[in-house]
Amino acid sequence: MKAVARRLVILIPYLWLLVFFLLPFLIVFRISLSEPAIAMPPYLPVFDLEEGWRAIFDKLSQLTWGNFEFLLEDSLYINAYLSSLRIALLATFLTLLVGFPLAYGMARAPQGLRPVLLMLVILPFWTSFLIRVYAWIGILKPEGLLNQFLLALGLIDRPLAILNTETAIFIGIVYSYLPFMVLPIYANLEKLDYSLIEAALDLGCTAFGAFWKVTAQLALPGVLAGCLLVFIPAMGEFVIPDLLGGTRTLMIGKTLWTEFFNNRDWPVAAAVATLLLLVLVVPIVLFQNAQARAQRAAQ
Amino acid sequence: MSGRWTSFNIASVVFGFAFLYLPIVLLIIYSFNESRLVTVWGGFSTKWYGELFRNQGLIDAAWVTIRVALLSATVATLLGTLAAVSLVRHSRFFGRTLFTGMVFAPLVMPEVITGLSLLLLFVAVDFARGFWTVTLAHITFSMCFVAVVVQSRLISFDRSLEEAAMDLGCPPFQTFMRITLPIIFPAVISGWMLAFTLSLDDLVIASFTSGPGATTLPMKIYSQVRLGVTPEINAVCTILIGLVTTGVIIAALVNKRRVVRESASRT
Amino acid sequence: MTKSLGNIRRTFAPWNDPASRPYIAFENVTKRFGDFTAVDDLTLHVYEREFFSLLGASGCGKTTLLRMLAGFEEPTAGDILLEGRSLKGVPPHRRPVNMMFQSYALFPHMTVEQNIAFGLRQEGMARGAVDQRVADMLKLVKLGEFGKRKPHQLSGGQRQRVALARAIAKRPKLLILDEPLGALDKKLREETQFELMDLQQELGLTFMIVTHDQEEAMTMSDRIAVMDSGRILQIGTPAEIYEAPSSRFVADFVGSVNMLEGTVETVSGEMTEISGKDGLAIRVTGESGAGAGDKVWLAIRPEKIRVSRNRPENGANAAEGEVWDVGYLGDMTLFNVRLDTGAIVKASVMNSRREVEDPIGHEDRIWVSFAPDAGILLTR
Repeated sequence: MKAVARRLVILIPYLWLLVFFLLPFLIVFRISLSEPAIAMPPYLPVFDLEEGWRAIFDKLSQLTWGNFEFLLEDSLYINAYLSSLRIALLATFLTLLVGFPLAYGMARAPQGLRPVLLMLVILPFWTSFLIRVYAWIGILKPEGLLNQFLLALGLIDRPLAILNTETAIFIGIVYSYLPFMVLPIYANLEKLDYSLIEAALDLGCTAFGAFWKVTAQLALPGVLAGCLLVFIPAMGEFVIPDLLGGTRTLMIGKTLWTEFFNNRDWPVAAAVATLLLLVLVVPIVLFQNAQARAQRAAQ
Repeated sequence: MSGRWTSFNIASVVFGFAFLYLPIVLLIIYSFNESRLVTVWGGFSTKWYGELFRNQGLIDAAWVTIRVALLSATVATLLGTLAAVSLVRHSRFFGRTLFTGMVFAPLVMPEVITGLSLLLLFVAVDFARGFWTVTLAHITFSMCFVAVVVQSRLISFDRSLEEAAMDLGCPPFQTFMRITLPIIFPAVISGWMLAFTLSLDDLVIASFTSGPGATTLPMKIYSQVRLGVTPEINAVCTILIGLVTTGVIIAALVNKRRVVRESASRT
Repeated sequence: MTKSLGNIRRTFAPWNDPASRPYIAFENVTKRFGDFTAVDDLTLHVYEREFFSLLGASGCGKTTLLRMLAGFEEPTAGDILLEGRSLKGVPPHRRPVNMMFQSYALFPHMTVEQNIAFGLRQEGMARGAVDQRVADMLKLVKLGEFGKRKPHQLSGGQRQRVALARAIAKRPKLLILDEPLGALDKKLREETQFELMDLQQELGLTFMIVTHDQEEAMTMSDRIAVMDSGRILQIGTPAEIYEAPSSRFVADFVGSVNMLEGTVETVSGEMTEISGKDGLAIRVTGESGAGAGDKVWLAIRPEKIRVSRNRPENGANAAEGEVWDVGYLGDMTLFNVRLDTGAIVKASVMNSRREVEDPIGHEDRIWVSFAPDAGILLTR
């Protein structure tokens, strides 16, 4: 009885994730290997056992790397991957640049103020992503609030074109993902014992030296976790480039969306997803190792 | 960490929060704009809120969204709590590494991938797309967030409380229900709230897995946003922000009381 | 020669009575965690109504031993018997023993009363009886007016009492206590020690307690088992452990001791002559089993060393040296004396008078001496 209950506790979520998380990836991979004609709507069921196993083997022989060859040949896709990678990396760096001082300032804030600040960082995270990105459209538009403000100040004499450029994407990513960067860094800095820094200063470190050799080093796990939490989803981001980036900027998440919803080419969309996943395997494994380490440390 | 709160520290905190909140504040202000031109202030008005309640499409979408969010958050909380218990309490079982991977990966997985893969699954098994497919999809990714929240509470849970209960004659399952669950319950509740808002907010996964008659509020907002910024959308967003903020603040206050009590009992 | 090592409860010594049956018996119990052996082929008998202490440094296996008795761990090999019946496979909630946890493990979401009633409700005791028992328990631990409070509203000492009340509410025949006083400050700990002893006597319980505090073990226990690396080194009454340690480890672990190394020269009847490693000639009486030429250690407690300004008249075991350190503790003074042979000897002297003419001080030349029966000869 006890053993059965114990097994069910594991088995129920395990099976759920196998069916709704892992299995779909296998299907994506399978469809990425088929000819458009086979999988285009109206589609053929992938696992139609009524046709018998022979039919499945027949289908296996029809599998093709054609979609992947197509992706590699068409510079549009290569460029989309490369530009996503560039944008995600740069945006991650920018988020770190804004997020670290914020987290550092929060960790050094008076004890009583910290829970409030923490709450203020978490709150936007609970607010719809879509709404927060949408809010920027009104600000960044040529006739938007930012340009009105700058014109009124006399800093510029004609509106800046920010919306529908890469700059807008960077602003959008930094803005949307900032809490993901701040929270793990703050968690690391907050538990840092300040007497370590006093010890470093006492041993002859300069203030900057103490920051670099003690604070920054000890915050490193948080920085790594934060960067991964920003970089991985940013790489496949769709909403931000779609709403803020305009038609000219290429990002792979948007390409996938277009292939799927506009071109209705499912096999190519599946191939795009497979390749994206392949690019992200290393950072995802890094992220999981960091999580597992943090969990072990907590236990 | 502590030490002197330097002016640089204060400046970075102020700048950071200004950056985080200014856009939302502006959006809320302009939802009360009389003028249809969203960037020109035409005086205070609540007329766009009135318009909202006459927009049947929007109300239908909101209703679908709330039903999906309630159902998916509840199931995700059950599954996520089980997953958290498995992760923390069972150090060895077949395929544990795979299981851990499947719990953590959805946290960072780009939504387009999750959405597309779930859609292809539903198509492969010939499952009609609509309310149920969106709900299933939302359960799947939000259960992982619940698992992480509950897990972190379980890690700091003092196992000797359970041992004490068993020592006093309480069988294992009852011990879980009478001791473990009541103590970790605040984490379970915040897990539920997280799952609920994640479902409420999701656009990408819902777009992939939804079907006719199951348009969610974010999908509706998105289709209108693509046409440009309108004061009605500002008003919808303001209502959503207000609801979520109230919920989160209430939860935080409740949680704060508990944390204060617990830290008092630990010292 | 009829010398007593001192037994406080003279009449209570079931371990010396071959007719009495052990209440709990660990029979060749081994517990391994992976490659680590926490408890190593250990056999131990505890008798009914005994106050038994497991004493050892952290990591010596004492807590593992208790957890096996309570049922949270299963032995890798061997068996644990309670009143002659094996506990193998019996889950914790079916064992008639109760445990008091080091962390107290009070349920934070329940009041003091609910905590104490928890085990009784599990038993299916009637409501009225539960209330009566809870009230009795609260009175017993002097917490009458705190029943409605939550654990976080209590002080450390009060929590300790609640944990105790909860553990004895079911009237278990055996109470296991894991470092029960570890979280209390020194003064409270000393008070509580006596309360625990009174309680145990009053309720006629068997106590099995784990501690790393040798003073605590000495004060409270009928018998002590000194553990190291998963084995029991010695079992005995506090006086036996202190005055007749069986090995250098036990002598050193319990109390303070001088350990003089040497080789046996001659053994004649009761008297053994030893030449110390640093040239000191020592004559001791008492059994040791050592023969001529054997390497031995003489363990001698600081309070059994005499200190004098002049050479003692009849002292065979005497040596001259210089006072190296003086530690004034109030009730006694500790001296570290550096002998001319180079060895350091610790001596403690009771300050039985308020004022002393010409007290011995730092760098004074003095003599240390001890009687032939003051120490114990150890061969391991």
